[in-house]
Amino acid sequence: MANLTLVQAINLALIQEMEADDRVILLGEDIGKNGGVFRVTEGLWQRFGPERVVDTPLAESGIIGTAIGLAMAGLRPVPEIQFEGFLGPAYDQICTHAARMRTRTRGAFSVPMTIRVPVGGGIHAPELHSDSPEAIYAHTPGLKVVMPSSPYDAKGLLISAIRDPDPVIFFEPKRIYRAFREEVPEDEYTIPIGQARVVTEGDDITMISWGAPVIQCMQAIEKASASGGAGKSIELIDLRTIKPLDIATIITSVKKTGRVIVVHEAPKTAGFGAEIATEIMEHCFLYLEAPPQRVTGFDTIMPYYKLELDYLPEEPRISEAIEQLAAF
Amino acid sequence: MTRTAPASPINRAARIPTKTLRQWLRDMLLIREFEVRCMQAYQNKKIGGFCHVYIGQEAVAVGCTAAVRPDDPIITAYRCHGHALARGMKSKYCMAELFGRIGGCAKGKGGSMHMFDKTRHFYGGHGIVGAQCPLGTGLAFATKYIDEVIEGGQSGKVTLCFMGDGALNQGSFHEAMNLAGILDLPIIFICENNGYSMGTAISRGTTMGHEITSKAAGYGMESAVINGMDALSVFNGMKPLADRCRETSRPVFVDMRTYRFKGHSMSDPRKYRTKEEEQKHEADDPIDRLAAQLINDQGMSKEEYDELIKDVRNEVREAMEWADASPPPPLEELYTDVYVETWGPYKGTSPPMMFLEEQAEAEAQKSGAKRRP
Repeated sequence: MANLTLVQAINLALIQEMEADDRVILLGEDIGKNGGVFRVTEGLWQRFGPERVVDTPLAESGIIGTAIGLAMAGLRPVPEIQFEGFLGPAYDQICTHAARMRTRTRGAFSVPMTIRVPVGGGIHAPELHSDSPEAIYAHTPGLKVVMPSSPYDAKGLLISAIRDPDPVIFFEPKRIYRAFREEVPEDEYTIPIGQARVVTEGDDITMISWGAPVIQCMQAIEKASASGGAGKSIELIDLRTIKPLDIATIITSVKKTGRVIVVHEAPKTAGFGAEIATEIMEHCFLYLEAPPQRVTGFDTIMPYYKLELDYLPEEPRISEAIEQLAAF
Repeated sequence: MTRTAPASPINRAARIPTKTLRQWLRDMLLIREFEVRCMQAYQNKKIGGFCHVYIGQEAVAVGCTAAVRPDDPIITAYRCHGHALARGMKSKYCMAELFGRIGGCAKGKGGSMHMFDKTRHFYGGHGIVGAQCPLGTGLAFATKYIDEVIEGGQSGKVTLCFMGDGALNQGSFHEAMNLAGILDLPIIFICENNGYSMGTAISRGTTMGHEITSKAAGYGMESAVINGMDALSVFNGMKPLADRCRETSRPVFVDMRTYRFKGHSMSDPRKYRTKEEEQKHEADDPIDRLAAQLINDQGMSKEEYDELIKDVRNEVREAMEWADASPPPPLEELYTDVYVETWGPYKGTSPPMMFLEEQAEAEAQKSGAKRRP
């Protein structure tokens, strides 16, 4: 066991997968000599050489297209896109090729590729460097979308993603890259894609989140617990995987609590919270005691850092939603 | 940058065995017959959606394929029937795909633009203009990586990445060229320059359209202009480029001058060009040219030529009958081949019938067992 940050946990997962499988190859802008824009790939270029940790030109469409070709030919590429906003230029390759290749070729070719992408706000960066586009990719059949909220989960989920036979977008919340440390086993282990984690158990309210806001949710839960208010026993579910969605865990919890809050950084309209709320109404309508609540980013472009914490779903807004829901 | 002049076909033709030339002629005739029947089938509503035929460009796919080895990867865009057939995909699977039947190479769910043959290292068949270029770069990267890093040997394969001249204006083409150049990848970008991206003449859509090898110069890449209307010129132009690319692992760009005799798709009114222009090019038919060379210089008789024509007609007729007898994909197929696992509505994945049948045939051949044709 080692006490690692999320960055270190990902770095360790990459090392172990590369050592175990020659087909695993990394490519991206400045991931080699410079160790990556967030230093996630630090030391890998020296360890595995420029043939396996490939510094590419600044060309997202070219990077992802090349990775798709590598994957179709039987390798396991792990391209890095520096910021989620830079997925834009690669959208064509992700959605017209990677997501559809298995279907287009009816199983003849697959794209076992894991796209690593730092995601979300909270690091004082402007838009295109602080966005949360997970719903866009969850809306595309053929892709899997993963977003860990802790170093332990990050390592286990990344290993699963690299070994997955289908394309995975692996979102790494930059706000918690180095925010805290956690015990992470040195041995390799996997966390299945598509399995949510019940972080805290509770009877009154189900709270669902993923990525960095899971931490804000925990703060709000602690506050609610400290205030000792009745009706505020909260069950927190960390999705870990946005697609495939672990709907079974959500249903079980909502049938118990009858009250739901979904918390995410992305804008509200057509955010993934809308999908979750609809699923809940389809499966648990008669169990609901109150309308599902959403605490999300606003329907506008991510603001620059002075307004950043107003935009993000911070603890006070989550706490307010808890109060409203408990009182409904 | 090295500029390679189109090789003289006459000098080197003698070096290619007559048997090989006859095979090329048959391949070109097969593509022509296949495409003519496709047009009819489209009119008869056997083929839905869109259909882009390769008539006029047959020498390109056949000559290029002949210049490389059977396990060198090939990828192209949406005008892909000719490449698939030239690579050896059986015409019945290709036709069944066009008919939208379960027997097709993609279970009849891909259609005209989506031909794939994994066994023959044919990687499609893609619908977005130019977007296949980075995939080609990745395929070349993969062969080099497997040869050098995994196998510990020397890079020994060449990837052929075909595109139309419309791709020259797409960003992904330029990203792929730059990547191939900077990473020293063994790939030949073959621009099938038929002068039009859909209805836009190259002079109206592409800077330096009169000299597109200048694009390669910007990436420090060797380039060549090849007469794509003559199979021998294609082969003789491509062979040394492919051999050198294999040896040096340096990318190459080819301006393959050709002409599509028909419209962009079946619903193209062709207002952008004149009848006279079309007739001029049709007089330079690549099939007539190779047939004349075989008849005049290699002693092929008129009867033998007629026999070849009859032979491909029979093959395509049988392919159409086979395709027609193949059922449409069942509704359950909607949720197969999206993910490998079964979850939610998804029902896992399985290879197309083409692979299973060909595998079984190969096994049967190995064991010497009897099999139905």
